[in-house]
Amino acid sequence: MHNNTTYSPKAFDIKKITSTKSFSAFTAALLAIFLGIVFGFIVMFAASPANAASGFLMLLSGGFRRLGDVFYFATPILMTGLAVGFAFKMGLFNIGASGQYTMGMYFALYVGFMWDMPDSIHWVACVIAGMIGGMLWGFIPGIFKALLNVNEVITSIMFNYIGMYLVDMLIQGNGTMYVATKTRTAYLPASAQIPSLGIKNSNVNVSIYIAIVLAIILQIVLRKTIFGYELQATGYNRHASTYAGMNGKKNIIVTMMIAGAAAGLGGAFAILAPSTIAGSSMTYEPINIIAANGFNGIAVALLGNSSPIGIIFSAIFISHIQRGGTLASLYGYKPEIIDIVIAVIIYFSAFSMLMNAALARFIKKRRKHESDNPDANRESTSDAEVNTVSGPDSEVSTPDSDVITPDSEATTPDSDVSTPVSDASGDSVQNDTKEGE
Amino acid sequence: MEDYIIEMLNITKEFPGIVANDNITLRLKRGEIHALLGENGAGKSTLMSVLFGLYQAEKGEIRKNGQTVNIKNPNDANALGIGMVHQHFKLVENFTVLENIILGVEPCKFGFLQKKKAREKVMELSEQYGLKVNPDDVIEKITVGMQQRVEILKMLFRDNEILIFDEPTAVLTPQEIDELMDIMRGFAKEGKSILFITHKLNEIMAVADRCTVLWKGKCIGTVNIKDTTKEELSRMMVGRDVNFSVDKEEAKPGDVVLSVRNLTVPSRTHKKNAVNNVSFDVRAGEIVCIAGIDGNGQTELVSAITGLEKASGGTITLCGKDITKANIRTRSKTGMSHIPEDRQKHGLILDYTLEQNLVLQRYWEPEFQNHGFIKREPIRAYADKLIGQYDVRSGQGPETIVRSMSGGNQQKAIIAREIDKKHELLVAVQPTRGLDVGAIEYIHKQIVADRDAGKGILLVSLELDEVMNVSDRILVMYEGEIVGELDPDKTDVQELGLYMSGAKRNLAKENEHAQ
Repeated sequence: MHNNTTYSPKAFDIKKITSTKSFSAFTAALLAIFLGIVFGFIVMFAASPANAASGFLMLLSGGFRRLGDVFYFATPILMTGLAVGFAFKMGLFNIGASGQYTMGMYFALYVGFMWDMPDSIHWVACVIAGMIGGMLWGFIPGIFKALLNVNEVITSIMFNYIGMYLVDMLIQGNGTMYVATKTRTAYLPASAQIPSLGIKNSNVNVSIYIAIVLAIILQIVLRKTIFGYELQATGYNRHASTYAGMNGKKNIIVTMMIAGAAAGLGGAFAILAPSTIAGSSMTYEPINIIAANGFNGIAVALLGNSSPIGIIFSAIFISHIQRGGTLASLYGYKPEIIDIVIAVIIYFSAFSMLMNAALARFIKKRRKHESDNPDANRESTSDAEVNTVSGPDSEVSTPDSDVITPDSEATTPDSDVSTPVSDASGDSVQNDTKEGE
Repeated sequence: MEDYIIEMLNITKEFPGIVANDNITLRLKRGEIHALLGENGAGKSTLMSVLFGLYQAEKGEIRKNGQTVNIKNPNDANALGIGMVHQHFKLVENFTVLENIILGVEPCKFGFLQKKKAREKVMELSEQYGLKVNPDDVIEKITVGMQQRVEILKMLFRDNEILIFDEPTAVLTPQEIDELMDIMRGFAKEGKSILFITHKLNEIMAVADRCTVLWKGKCIGTVNIKDTTKEELSRMMVGRDVNFSVDKEEAKPGDVVLSVRNLTVPSRTHKKNAVNNVSFDVRAGEIVCIAGIDGNGQTELVSAITGLEKASGGTITLCGKDITKANIRTRSKTGMSHIPEDRQKHGLILDYTLEQNLVLQRYWEPEFQNHGFIKREPIRAYADKLIGQYDVRSGQGPETIVRSMSGGNQQKAIIAREIDKKHELLVAVQPTRGLDVGAIEYIHKQIVADRDAGKGILLVSLELDEVMNVSDRILVMYEGEIVGELDPDKTDVQELGLYMSGAKRNLAKENEHAQ
C-alpha cells in the first residue's frame, strides 16, 4: 500500500515546507497582521482623515527609526510571551505572567540594592534573582494545580494581585530602595544594570540576546527532549499521558516554574536595563497597577502560535508597532487613538488561529477548483486545517503604555503616551517604572 | 420503475492523498432498510457525510424523489427530511432529553419556548415507536442505549423520513441491539427509509432488505439480503475469504502472572462499589476473558489493575510483585501492557505523529533517549520496523499525524506498541471495538500469538462472539462481582447470557463467606 516511502527529512523541498503546520501558522499570522493593519488604518482615518496616511505610515515604519528601542521594548514582552506560550504547550493557561513579572522585578531590585557584590557579577546575580522570583510565583499556582487541581487561571490571576500588592508594600517599607518623596525606587547602582549595547539614545542592552537565546533553548526543550515530548503530550491529551505513565503532577509544576522563570526574567530585564543618562536608572513606582507587559505576553504568545521561535518574531513585531505608534502621535493623533490602533492590530493578530481555519477553507476551495481542471498544479498546503489550538481571543489586553518610560525625554514623542499621573515634576507616567531624570 | 427516495449517483469525494469515494452509486428505496457495509476506511462514513451535507462531493449528484438536490450543510439535509444518528452522539450532556430533542428546532412563541407542545409531540413519538424515554432525565445520567433513543427521537421530531444510522450497535448491549432492530423494522413499516452503516454481518442478515458493499472507496455491488449469505458478504467486503472462528491450539497455562485478591474499587457515580471483592488469576499462556454487560464494573476493574484508578481494598500482584499501589510507569516496567478501552482518549495522542505514538510507552528507555534528549534515528528505525511488521497503513509513514489515520490502523498502532513492548501480561479491553472483520481477525491472531509466546492475556470484551472464540477461560462479571467461571468449550451463548444478566451464578458470594 501507500506506505512510508514519501518522506525525506533532509531534502530541501519547497512543497514540503509549504505544507507543514508551522508554515501555515506563519502565513495565518501574516494574514492576521495584515487585516489588523487594514482595520487600524480605518480607525485612524475615522479619527482624522487628513493625517491618516502620513500618521499611518509613521505607525508602520516608525519602529525602523528607533530600532534600538524596538528591541529594548521587545525584550520583556518576549519573556512574558514565552511564559504564556510555553505553559500553553502543556495546556496550561498562564495568565499570571504579570505577577511573575512583578516578582521578578522585585527580586532583581532587592539584590541590586541590598547585596554588595563585585561589579562584574552584580547584574548577573540580579537577573538570576529575578528569575527565581518569577519561578516562585509560577511554582505556587503549579503546586495548586498539580496537587489540588485548582484551576491555574484563577490562582494565577489572584497571584497577579497578590504579587503586585506585596511588591508595592515591600518596596514602600524599605528605606534603601524607596524614595518616598518621589514615590518611586531609588536609582540602582550601575553595577546592577545590564550592560548596554551602546546604541545612542536607546536603552537596548544585552538582555535581548539572552532572551532570544532562551527562546531558542525552550524551542529545543520542546522539540528535542523527552521533557518536551511529555509536556506537549500532556497538552494534547492529558488522559493518554497518564496512561503512558507520565508524571503529570511533576510536569505541571516544572512547566509552571519554567514559565514563571521566563516572566520573572522579563521583569528583571525591564528593571535592570541601563539608563541613557549617567547616574540614573530605571525605577519602579509602587502605584498599585498590574504590569501590562504580562498581559501583552498573551498577545505575543498567541500571535507566535505559542512556539518559542514564533514568539521572538511576534514580540519584535508588537514592539515595533508600539514604537511606531508613539511616533505617530506627532501627527496630531491623541495618544489614546494610537493605543486603540495598536490594540486593533494586536487584537486581530490574536485571531491568527481563526485565520488559519479561513485559510484552510480557501485552499480547499482552490483545490476543488483545481480538481475540475486536470492540468492545474496541485501541490502544497494540505494540512493547513489541522491546527486546532485556540486561545481565548477576548483575553488579549490592549497594549498599555510602556512600563518603562524614559521621562527625561518627556518632550519627545517617544515618551509615554497614556494618561498622565498628576506629578509635581510633570512626568507623564502611568505605569510603574520610569527612568530617572 | 422503482420508487427510489434517494439516489446518490457517481459520487466521488477526494481527500488529500486518498480517494475516499470513487464513483459510488447508491439507491435507497422508499420503506427499505438498506445496509452499507465495508471495512474501516472503505468510505462508508464519507459517503453518508456527503449525503448529510458535512462534505461536498467533487463529482456526482444526489437526487431525492428523482429531483436533483444540492445539500450544502446539515440544515439542507434536514430540510429534505434526512436525519442521521452519528456513531458518537451529538448531545448536550447537561441538558435534559427534551431539551436535546428540540435543540435547533425549538418551538417558540414571541421568543418564548413552547416546551409543553414539544413535550406532547415527543411523548407521542415515543409511544408510537416504542422508544421509551423520560423527557426530564439529564443526558449524562442515562445509559448509552437511552442516549441513542434520544438521537433517534431527534430525527423523528424533525419529521425526517430518511434515517441514517452510523454504526448504531457499536455501543449497545446484545439486548439493546435486539430492541434497536425492532425499532428499525417498525420505521420501515411506517414507510421511513433507513440507511444503516455497519460491519456486523449478523445484524445485516437480521434486519436489512438490501446491502451495498464498499471496498477501498469503490462500490463492489448491491445485493438482496434474501439471496446472499454471510460468507458472500464478507468476501465482498474484505476482498477475500474471512475465517470467522479463531484458529488456536489448546492453551498451556504456566505460572501465575497476574493475581488479583479481594479487589474492591469504589464507584465514581454511586455509593456502591463498582468492583466488589473480586479475586482471580491469569496464568502465562492463557487468555482469560472478562465477559459481562457494559457497566458491570469491567472498566473499573481494569482501571485498578492498570493503575488508572485507585483500588480501595485488596491486592494486585504482577509477576510476584505487589503493584496495588504502584504507579502506572512501575506497572509498565514490571511487565504490563495495556490496550485501552478508548483508543483515542487513552491510547493515542492524536496530534502526535505515528512514530511519536509508537514510542509512547518506551520513549524514556535508554534506547530512545540520551540524557533527556530524544534520539531521533532509533525512534524512526523502531517505528519503521513496527509499521512493517504490523502493517500499519498511513499516508506519510512514521510522520503521519495519527488523527488522520483510520480507526483500524490507529488500533493496529496501539497493538503493535503494546505487544512489541517487553511484557508478561497483556490487558486488552475491547480491542476490536468498532473494527471491521478483517481487522478483527488480524487482532485476534495477534492476541493468540502473544499467548502462544507465553504471555498472560486478560481480555475484556462485550462481544459474545469474541468471548466465545478467543478466550481459554471466561469470567463473567455482574454488578461488580465475578459470578461465574466458564469453559468456552463447555458452554454456549445462551448460558453465558444467563450469567451476564445475573440470573445464574456458580461462584458463591465471597462477601457472605467473609462476614
